[in-house]
Amino acid sequence: MVMLRYVVYRFFTMLLTLLVVSVLIFVIINLPPGDYLSNQIAELQASGQSAGVAKAEFLRTEYALDRPMWEQYLIWMGFWPGPHGFEGLIQGNYGWSFEFDRPVAEIVGDTLWLTVVVNLAAILFVYAVALPLGVLAAARSRTWIDYTSAFVGYLGLATPNFLLALILFYYGHQYFNLPIGGLMDPIYEGQPMSWDKLKSILIHLIVPTFVIGTSGASAMMQRLRANMLDELGKPYVETAIAKGMAPSRMLTKYPLRVAFNPFVADIGNLLPSMVSGSVLVSVVLGLQTIGPTLLTALKTQDQFLSAFILMFVALLTLIGTMISDILLVMLDPRIRYEGREA
Amino acid sequence: MTKRSDDRYVDDAPFDPDAALQQLERADLDAPNWLLVWRKFRTHKLGLISGIFLLLCYLMLPFAGFIAPYGANERNDEHLYAPPQSVNWFHEGEFVGPFVYPTVIEADLETFQWKAVTDTSDPRPLQFFCEGAEYKLAGLIKSDTHLFCAPEGATLFLWGSDRLGRDVFSRILYGAQLSLTVGLIGISVSFFLGILFGSMAGYFGGKIDWVINRVIEILRSLPELPLWLALSAAVPSNWSPVAVFFIISIILGILDWPGLARSVRAKFLSLREEEYVRAAEMMGASSGRVIRKHLLPNFMSHLIASATLSIPAMILGETALSFLGLGLRAPAVSWGVMLNDAQNLASIEIYPWTAIPMLPIIVVVLAFNFLGDGLRDSLDPYQQ
Repeated sequence: MVMLRYVVYRFFTMLLTLLVVSVLIFVIINLPPGDYLSNQIAELQASGQSAGVAKAEFLRTEYALDRPMWEQYLIWMGFWPGPHGFEGLIQGNYGWSFEFDRPVAEIVGDTLWLTVVVNLAAILFVYAVALPLGVLAAARSRTWIDYTSAFVGYLGLATPNFLLALILFYYGHQYFNLPIGGLMDPIYEGQPMSWDKLKSILIHLIVPTFVIGTSGASAMMQRLRANMLDELGKPYVETAIAKGMAPSRMLTKYPLRVAFNPFVADIGNLLPSMVSGSVLVSVVLGLQTIGPTLLTALKTQDQFLSAFILMFVALLTLIGTMISDILLVMLDPRIRYEGREA
Repeated sequence: MTKRSDDRYVDDAPFDPDAALQQLERADLDAPNWLLVWRKFRTHKLGLISGIFLLLCYLMLPFAGFIAPYGANERNDEHLYAPPQSVNWFHEGEFVGPFVYPTVIEADLETFQWKAVTDTSDPRPLQFFCEGAEYKLAGLIKSDTHLFCAPEGATLFLWGSDRLGRDVFSRILYGAQLSLTVGLIGISVSFFLGILFGSMAGYFGGKIDWVINRVIEILRSLPELPLWLALSAAVPSNWSPVAVFFIISIILGILDWPGLARSVRAKFLSLREEEYVRAAEMMGASSGRVIRKHLLPNFMSHLIASATLSIPAMILGETALSFLGLGLRAPAVSWGVMLNDAQNLASIEIYPWTAIPMLPIIVVVLAFNFLGDGLRDSLDPYQQ
């Protein structure tokens, strides 16, 4: 019951946060002077094409860009009737992309779930790598295992993501014959899901996952190692060893479970940086996620498109953070009601 | 020191039982804080080396133009994509001093690549304190004297040249001026905002605390890069490179403060209950004074350490933004702008030296990490 109440509470705070974030995003998107259409109109007038001007003017009223800013925001969100009644994000209308001259929903379409897949894969990678390595580095601290993993971890933190992507792609292709670019073979694009398509996607995921996950994995590994070392110095560990417990069992049974908490709580910190990384890496590697689209949209001031993508990215991280919070409460009986204070 | 017959060594100086061991400790206890910190920091070898390295890097910045053999945007259109040249000392077993062999770049019409042909029969010694491209020393004094430059009729591309025939080595030196200062400016902005909001939230509590805390939570839960992208896309493209540079570093700082503000707030919450704070308040000190004079000095050192640890994120951030074409733009030179050229697989495969700017990035980021670790460990000298 307490659990359920917490979940509901957490869900509503997430919605509220999302609302604030939407305002923030709308303001940021509208920071540059002018908008896509007024720029276009100016350009058309300069070159003396009056036919295009009429169309652009029509689009301006069609998408309520001639109204005051606060009204534009409310219409965009769907709280306020636009030229065609209530038609905003809430009603499932994501707006119109001027640059591509197509509805936003059509452009992002497939890329949305591919973005989710890439990020999920990266998170799984982080856990799969950081957990064993962190525990091992702590259990064998001040040996070559510890030093090697620390060194690799520092390198992972210091290397810019996008360069790592390029280099890994090159060598991955040369030595392991991994495919270059994209998230699936071009033949599967637009095809319905099938076993072969899934396989193709999985092979294409290897390098991006590695690249996006490395810095997160090394940060998490170091934190887990520090937590484990704190726990390993405590008397109960000594007792367990004195009782003659097998080291691996002792490790997993007691200190790991205590050190595990921050591990889960960390998703909240990890996820934003992971999503950031995936945007960047997608641009470099030409993955069909929303990263490259976001970049084009931002560069051309295609406001509805970029605003929607930013909203989606924010939603993704907020949901992730919420799940981590709920997991944490389930895992640790000491944390209840209040949420976490770290 | 004398050697006894039983092979022991004994100090000649008379032993004074009164000069207690305490004396040493006494000096320790009386030593100013910075000395204790320094003593502890000195033992952290990696941090010390990193600190010295970074200090040298920053000291080098004003003289980048003097050290670099070429100008930042000086083109050599005869030598596009020239590979790195080595500086030799011995020519056919004979000592000549530092010299290079002249290199000619030819187009290979079969592979359509640029190919370097080196003439190893003709050593040409480097010139020192010679005249070259004009630059400004520390951005103020005009000069055209370089520490060393290419000999007549030859080139000096220590780390190769790029797509437009510009010297990579020189550009890395010039690029350091922007890439390294971006972090400093960004961290100043974030430091200022973090302390301001963190101390307000922690000291006053109540509604202010609630609002600031929510803002912190929201900003921390958002992915940084898309926001950076969106904000820097808002920078008008007709601004001068210097203005863009400042605004980019401020953008980096604006999104970084929540982490710092959180730790400041946590400290304030516990410290404001201390008696000396109440005493100061009783004596009529204003809240601003209590915060500045009584509270902040308590953990300034910790803040500095954590600030050092967040500089690398800014440097990487600038690199990423410039790399994507939304940060600094040519003709400004930064490491990210340079890497923009190495964006495709072809340049990594055929002209790997265009990706050299990643080395200084990695080294500097590592150095900041080690320095920060060292500072964090040593800033509390009484802790064991």
